[in-house]
Amino acid sequence: MEPFTTLTAIAAPLLRDNIDTDAIIPSREMRSVTKTGLADGLFAGWRYSGVSSREPDPDFILNDPRFAPARILLSGANFGCGSSREHAVWALAEFGFRAIIAESFNPIFRGNCVNNGIVPVELGCDAIARIAASLGHWPANQQVTVDLQRCTVSTAQSDLWQFQIDDEAQEMLLGGMDAIELTLTRRDAIDRARAADRLRRPWIYLEQGREDSAKEQITN
Amino acid sequence: MEHSAGNLIEKETAPGNRAGRTLFDKIWTIHQAAEINSETDLILIDRVLLHERTGAIALKSLAAAGREVLAPSQVFVTMDHVVDTLPGRTDATSMPTGTDFIVATREFATRAGITLFDLGDPDQGIGHVISPELGIVLPGTTLVCPDSHTCSQGALGALAWGIGSTAAEHALATSTLRVKRPRTMRITIDSVLAAGVTAKDLALYLLHRFGSAGGAGHIVEYAGTAVTALDVEARLTLCNMATEFGAFSAIIAPDDKVFAFLKGRPYAPGDADWAAAIASWKELRSDEDATFDAEHRIDAAEVTPMVTWGISPQQAVPLDASIPHFADVAARDPRELYDRALAYMDLAPAKPMIGLPIDAAFIGSCTNSRISDLRRAAKILAGRKIAPGVTAICVPGSTRVREQAQDEGLDQIFLDAGFEWRESGCSMCFYAGGESFGHRQRVISSTNRNFESRQGPETRTHLASPETVAASAVMGAIADPRGFA
Ligand code: SF4
Repeated sequence: MEPFTTLTAIAAPLLRDNIDTDAIIPSREMRSVTKTGLADGLFAGWRYSGVSSREPDPDFILNDPRFAPARILLSGANFGCGSSREHAVWALAEFGFRAIIAESFNPIFRGNCVNNGIVPVELGCDAIARIAASLGHWPANQQVTVDLQRCTVSTAQSDLWQFQIDDEAQEMLLGGMDAIELTLTRRDAIDRARAADRLRRPWIYLEQGREDSAKEQITN
Repeated sequence: MEHSAGNLIEKETAPGNRAGRTLFDKIWTIHQAAEINSETDLILIDRVLLHERTGAIALKSLAAAGREVLAPSQVFVTMDHVVDTLPGRTDATSMPTGTDFIVATREFATRAGITLFDLGDPDQGIGHVISPELGIVLPGTTLVCPDSHTCSQGALGALAWGIGSTAAEHALATSTLRVKRPRTMRITIDSVLAAGVTAKDLALYLLHRFGSAGGAGHIVEYAGTAVTALDVEARLTLCNMATEFGAFSAIIAPDDKVFAFLKGRPYAPGDADWAAAIASWKELRSDEDATFDAEHRIDAAEVTPMVTWGISPQQAVPLDASIPHFADVAARDPRELYDRALAYMDLAPAKPMIGLPIDAAFIGSCTNSRISDLRRAAKILAGRKIAPGVTAICVPGSTRVREQAQDEGLDQIFLDAGFEWRESGCSMCFYAGGESFGHRQRVISSTNRNFESRQGPETRTHLASPETVAASAVMGAIADPRGFA
């Protein structure tokens, strides 16, 4: 994964609340057993003129050539609610989004963002409205900056907002790190906790545990 | 980010050090392998459940990274999401490319040595139905699944929650997850539900009352006499919709009903471990002096049969009410959502819900497709026929439920009434790109989501209990099942 430090990019406003993962990537667009090939289906229900059509709907923001190169998405409350399909984040990432600024996120969706190198930024609705208003007619001249080291969002008009992100998520995004690698560095702690748990709750361990507890009974 | 003072305070209030501990705290503590930072812990994961839609991708991408499943005996995969549910089904699916998911799941599950509930297996079914049914989920376990309705399984006193595919790979490779400690909420429901009012109505009532972000970031413990009075299957229905409530998950303290439910299930503790397991499970309750980050208390007597009118599960009303005016819901529904809902659903304010003509009726999904759900719906359908022109479909939640229903003759009641009787799976709970109810069709459904196009392009979904679905199918319009004694 590409490390994320600071991004200055065009922001596309999609200022609705409760944008769910079905809207981000409709189920019918998830055709293959891979994480790729999804960008085409991003927001398909809104982006195209009909269910089976690929005719762009000119009213949809990402079909506006000024916003098409956006790397930052601006939205409302409860972004990414609904089904936990990670395809929603894969589609956003493949389309090119590296940060989403919203009033709040569904927690599963937020976790998926971090796992896939997208920065979930929570800001108040006033701040979001102000950023959206700042974009004007030429968003390329009014780019928005997300600084993950300082946890700030700033606009070309020098507005500056602070946001919060947990340390773990920040560390992973800054380092472009894979969570599995990070966890395996704690292998000793995991093994110790498991060993203690095996003694406490042998019935949890379906094969190994059963054998162990049978052996214990014999030796006792 | 240096917040050392903050860390210190966090530690002092960490779950392990509190005087009174919640049910959640107790489960969390025994699963803590390490503290990652002030808000995130590395948590031992006891069970991973997968399905062919998201599981195939997780297994495949794990294999592609050259990693192995650490504890295959703790991992289970079912075929539920894209499999066909028409009788005599094969690997062929109505979802284009669905077969690829089935074939890939079979291949990678076999390679990883994990337990697979394949098509034709007597234990196959919807993940959240078969896991309790087979005793895979147990009180006090941590169980994760790349599926948002994993919260259902908290009904047995487990900490069960939905994750993404990348997190699933992490759980498969390490049997742990890095999890941000959720906040705790208790919803106490006093007295008992009135006759004819179900757990589904209660779930919809809570959404209507607190909104779809009402539980955001919280693990919600359902407690109180109305909850303990529910049988295990009804508790699964209640917890199922915690994700619609925005919650991290839901949980109910396990009791004798849960222990009796689990006794003898294939993956539940055997005789040798049973007494020790029960002794440990009996500890799983919030202490008298436990404190929660948020508490709500409601009276079950307020709850009546409910139905949704809009495109968010919070847009629910009592069945005998009318579609609200904007002013009635302005506190919760933004104007844009309200207007979009009315337009999408083709409805107008002040129109009564009862009598609204429907095109289709669906009984199924992890919310309401267990044997007790089918029995209650069949009671209403016995000796009756569905209205002409209505498409009605019943999809049992698991192959075991289907067999049980057939042994009891329920299939014949559904068929005689004019319902289709199908093989088990998610079926038309969601639209995978194949089968659908059709454009602008109005569906009364026992499922959990009424989002736009959830059950097919432009399909209009009204969520309700299985008995309301059955009564409405008979009337050809939304109907109150309490009149169908
Ligand atoms: S039945 Fe519906 S809600 Fe439940 S797991 Fe299947 S698709 Fe998801």
